[in-house]
Amino acid sequence: MATKGKPPKPEELSKISYTPPQRNWMDIPVEFKPGMYCHATRPKYLEAVGMPFPRDWSPADADWKLPDNWKEIILQGIKERLMKYRTFHVFMDICVRCGACADKCHFFLGGGDPKNMPVLRAELLRSVYRKYFTTSGKIFGKAAGARELTEDVLKEIWYYYFQCTECRRCSLFCPYGIDQAEITIIGRELLNLLGLNLDWIMGPVANSYRTGNHLGLEPHTIKANIDFMLDDIETITGIRVETTFNRKGAEILFIGPSGDLFGVPGNYVTMGELMLFHEIGLDYTWSTMACEGGNFGFFTSMEVAKKLYYKIYSEAKRLGVKWILGGECGHQWRLMNQYADTWWGPPDFLEEPVSPITGTKFENAKGSKIVHITEFTADLIKHGKLKLDKSRNDHLKVTFHDSCNTSRAMGIFEEPRYIIKNVCNHFYEMPESTIREKTFCCGSGSGLNAGENIELRMRGGFPRANAVKYVREKFGVNMLANICAIDRAALPTLMDYWNPGVDVCGVHELLGNALVMTGEIERTLDLRGEPLPGKGGAE
Amino acid sequence: MGILFSFAVVIAIVLIVFAGVRGAGLNYLFAIIIPYLALLTFIIGVTYRVFNWGRSAVPFRVPTTGGQQFTLPWIKSNKLDNPHTSYGVIGRMILEVLLFRSLFRNTKAELHDGPRLVYGSEKLLWLAAIAFHYSFLVILLRHLRFFTVPVPTPIQFLEFVDSFFQVGAPLVYITNFVIVIALLFLLYRRLGMPQIKYISLPSDYFPLFLILAIVLSGIYMRYFDKVDIVGVKQITMGLVSFRPTIPDGIGIIFYIHLTLVCTLFAYFPFSKLVHMAGVFLSPTRNLANNNRMQRHVNPWDYPIKVRSYDDYENEFREKMKKAGIPVEKE
Repeated sequence: MATKGKPPKPEELSKISYTPPQRNWMDIPVEFKPGMYCHATRPKYLEAVGMPFPRDWSPADADWKLPDNWKEIILQGIKERLMKYRTFHVFMDICVRCGACADKCHFFLGGGDPKNMPVLRAELLRSVYRKYFTTSGKIFGKAAGARELTEDVLKEIWYYYFQCTECRRCSLFCPYGIDQAEITIIGRELLNLLGLNLDWIMGPVANSYRTGNHLGLEPHTIKANIDFMLDDIETITGIRVETTFNRKGAEILFIGPSGDLFGVPGNYVTMGELMLFHEIGLDYTWSTMACEGGNFGFFTSMEVAKKLYYKIYSEAKRLGVKWILGGECGHQWRLMNQYADTWWGPPDFLEEPVSPITGTKFENAKGSKIVHITEFTADLIKHGKLKLDKSRNDHLKVTFHDSCNTSRAMGIFEEPRYIIKNVCNHFYEMPESTIREKTFCCGSGSGLNAGENIELRMRGGFPRANAVKYVREKFGVNMLANICAIDRAALPTLMDYWNPGVDVCGVHELLGNALVMTGEIERTLDLRGEPLPGKGGAE
Repeated sequence: MGILFSFAVVIAIVLIVFAGVRGAGLNYLFAIIIPYLALLTFIIGVTYRVFNWGRSAVPFRVPTTGGQQFTLPWIKSNKLDNPHTSYGVIGRMILEVLLFRSLFRNTKAELHDGPRLVYGSEKLLWLAAIAFHYSFLVILLRHLRFFTVPVPTPIQFLEFVDSFFQVGAPLVYITNFVIVIALLFLLYRRLGMPQIKYISLPSDYFPLFLILAIVLSGIYMRYFDKVDIVGVKQITMGLVSFRPTIPDGIGIIFYIHLTLVCTLFAYFPFSKLVHMAGVFLSPTRNLANNNRMQRHVNPWDYPIKVRSYDDYENEFREKMKKAGIPVEKE
């Protein structure tokens, strides 16, 4: 595991200047600042999924041990991708550098490095494109914004394309919809042609290929972890909840992020879900192989992403379920909403999803047959199928963080809010420019949730944290709810750094607290095992 | 550096016309040949660019969603910012192309003490962009009167509206003022705002200087150094009817204006100005967010090696059996 660096103090870090230097950006070579980048991937991870050029190297080294024909590989890679992705092709050509995206990026707002303005991050690659693929770039060179591809340029692209979390906020504000996420995705694909990935990304990829999940949990461990949760649920509610693994003939296959199977506070989300499924008598099963909706392959290359998503439909088919229910995870839903069916569909062996409890047809998922759990739960609440005691969350003053992927690659805003408002009495929105489609990233998405780049993460998360600070000071908010496993892993660190005292939870943890279960004992503990104030527990 | 270079290129074009027409008497080159070549370059160039983008595949349906998705019947979806039907997409594209919807969202972030990040509304760029583009369009359409006999009623009406506040002759057009102000503001952003200046390339300044020069030369020609309008119309009508003629005595300013316009047309397909066509092909805007309803096919999809369940079970079978997890092969 990576060693955890120490970031400067918040007072230091928040001294940010947005004024760019005098010198032309092309003349300023990239500087690898400790705390701002991640370790290089170990060769064994690349070997595990058959990716090229596995070797020991380090970003800080002068010599990256590139193959002799590295330049040819990159240029050929660009050429291919211009034909394979219209996004890439059009986005390389039509930017007018109006600057609308400049102050929309959380890394720019938290760091002030001008190369983190999305427009300039794109220009890092666009300048190379112009040099080798456009007439004006070939003839006029620098005057046309073109530059040679050198090792320094390659390193610069690496440094800044791993300082982008593919959150798409810039794309929302761009008058032409130019999406830096798309450019970053393709830029990273190019870097992967030379084996230039992060340890923090390739480790989970290799794990996910072998065990089905990023954490490398083997089937018996998954079961053991959930058994522990069932014990905790029994302690809290007095009810022994049952669940099944790899059970053939179940109606529904449930797939969440593996982060929720291991570690705080994700495990509380799973507990809430287990309680909910028990209470409504849902006929569902887990798959120990398809136990991860997240997909770090997406931060590697489209091919690896597709490779890691094979398990989703193939396990649904093997187990003979009718449809798939997806858990609270951000980029899982980018993929389930925009990629899954294209990669491995059509899933014609499944049925159009219908809630067995309410009879609601999930019209919007009739093709891919994958329903988001907040769609499912919101529908249950709307139909009055759940008995909820909001007061059990009265010790919490909750705000909701929209995750990048569920916001700008899906648009699931009302469903989680509807649930929260039905299970909590105290809910407060952050300022309008920082939520819903305009939401800010946690600063650690797209595989950047490592330890060694902690300064980068605290900087990138600054706009989000600052908005939380606002509602904390105004309303006393002490709980930051979300529907993303990366958020639950990253935001606690971010809150400790910028807003100590604000905790992080998933929406189904709040639901689990409020859910009145048939035959339960009087609740004195919340899902975290902490006494519920005013409920017979200690104040 | 880029600023001076771009400015110098525009000045050079003016000087070349001056020398070519006044010095060398190359009227035919500047009034006939260059306009035809420029228009041809524009048409072929833009067509090629669009065709070339169109050849690139759209492997995934990746719209940027800007509002509530289509979901349960009792939740209102945002049909324009998060369209799930073709009608919605058309609506979104109309808003984008005609009203610059995304740019209208623009905010400006400021860091105050505390630290406190504040986001203010920032509509000036949108306003300047709208003012510039629509003025340009109106001016372009007004110019159709040089290429038509009789001048169609809509064009006459446009002139009437554009000069609404004016009594007397020659008519003063509102758009002439608006476009100058808008261009100066856009230029100010690039020169006066450090972030924008930092990202600007020579190819960002050049179109601004070029269009400004076109506008100013046009205004100069109309109100100050009044050229022989009848002669000009003989040239323009000659061009559209493919029977080019050049009457004598047309002022040099006309040749300068015309050549600058030709430069813009010829430069267009090789520059960022192709955003005019490219915006229609942007996959984050022109696709519906309905991938869970309708399958999108990747045209270049190819088979890949995956890890099968059998491989998985072979590795973990004993552990699974021990934990009581069902297996395929006992």
